[in-house]
Amino acid sequence: MTRTLKLAVAALTVTICLPLTLQAHRQWMLPSATILSGNDPWVTVDAAISNDLFYFEHFPMRLDNLVVTAPDGTAAKAENQGTGRYRSTFDVHLTQKGTYKLAIVNHTVAASYTANGEAKTFRGSPDAFAKEVPAGAADLKVSRTSSRNELFVTSGRPTETVLKTTGLGLELAPVTHPNDLVVGEDATFAFVLDGKPAANLPVTLIPGGIRYRDSLGEIKATTDKDGKITVKFPAPGMYWVNATFSEGGAPRREGNPPSAAADMDPRPARGPNVGAEAATQEQAPAAAPAGGPRGPQAQGPGRPGGRGPGMDNRPIVPGRRASYIATFEVLPQ
Amino acid sequence: MRPWLPVTIAGLVSTPLAAADLSVSIDIPRINVSEYHRPYVAVWLETPDQKVVANLAVWYEMKKANAEGTKWLKDIRQWWRKTGRDLEMPVDAVSGATRPVGQHTLTFSSGKAPLGTLAPGSYQLVVEAAREVGGRELVRIPFQWPAAKTWSAKVQGENELGALTLTVQP
Repeated sequence: MTRTLKLAVAALTVTICLPLTLQAHRQWMLPSATILSGNDPWVTVDAAISNDLFYFEHFPMRLDNLVVTAPDGTAAKAENQGTGRYRSTFDVHLTQKGTYKLAIVNHTVAASYTANGEAKTFRGSPDAFAKEVPAGAADLKVSRTSSRNELFVTSGRPTETVLKTTGLGLELAPVTHPNDLVVGEDATFAFVLDGKPAANLPVTLIPGGIRYRDSLGEIKATTDKDGKITVKFPAPGMYWVNATFSEGGAPRREGNPPSAAADMDPRPARGPNVGAEAATQEQAPAAAPAGGPRGPQAQGPGRPGGRGPGMDNRPIVPGRRASYIATFEVLPQ
Repeated sequence: MRPWLPVTIAGLVSTPLAAADLSVSIDIPRINVSEYHRPYVAVWLETPDQKVVANLAVWYEMKKANAEGTKWLKDIRQWWRKTGRDLEMPVDAVSGATRPVGQHTLTFSSGKAPLGTLAPGSYQLVVEAAREVGGRELVRIPFQWPAAKTWSAKVQGENELGALTLTVQP
């Protein structure tokens, strides 16, 4: 295939996928294990985007912005990364005892403003925003979007270092350790939004294995004034956990922030946060009318088939959107 | 002379053990499967609210190179969560190799490792077995410590464990 043809095919693929990407696809990571013993443990993880949990059948998840944190707080490697048609995979060698965090995190700011009588737009990382957009700009409209998708795995005794929150986006501040979940016991989780308790936030927990049952079987909970929920898991298995905060008029949906698509920028990212911005495009399948995750053929520099001209000029809907996704393993008694 | 022999031996063995004893008999059942591995087994004592007070035995594949056998210790699921994950294996007087099909009797003496000194009260003996490519089973036997006179209880396991007998001697 010539390069032109490839591009055309890629563009076509994206176009065909338009209606599909409007549905609430779920992003998920599925680990081979969350609780490990032994002197040389590894975990391998599938990362994909699909409707049913946990079946890789639609799109692979991009791993551009994957960060693995070791029990001592240092960065660990995500080895053997690969992306296929339907899923990405990677391995983590658990060389330390304790709890690791495997997270894909994105923070994006979109803004419009007027400078010297000229209408300007900005899309990029929070850091770049702080540097490039004047604080007192006229007609400033800002939309901030954060997404976090994470896993916890423990070798030996669970530890707490990686559970510390960063103060940016919607985060889990576990009360019950996420690698210490057992059927029939109360498990309490606190959610924080930009470092403050996320009160009155709906949280859903959906057990895997959807394909083989008729009902979704989700657990619905709403955080209290301290941002906490308490859950008693009815059955063992892997659970997909999701909470989405939305402020500023956009409807709240399962998955990622609804406005994420509007915040995406097909142009090469500016500033130091290149990876983060590039990954953002792929992390917003729930509401990505033109972008969303693409097949591997559409990846790489150049981003063929991104979006048409004029997409950048859509008005900014000011507000704060943040989503949280995690996969919890619940063991039998 | 022959009829007296067992009595004599029993007398010799039991007389020096003036301190209280706890004896656990574990039957590892024969399981008709094409691929059989000896089970990993953990034996411990806990309070009625399931707090571990003593690890009595952990049978696992100790002899494998590079301690590879520790990889499956987590499959003794409840033991791993309650105490196994806090331990550095092997543990003296506790860990041992996996055992074959048949009956195995373990005797623990008060004041000696691994039983140590147990405060008077209610306890449960817990035996948990997990078998590679097989199942898992956990059995509890409640008892009072110390016993005024010899006390015994028997519980029948269903799959991975056969008959379990706990004997508490004053």
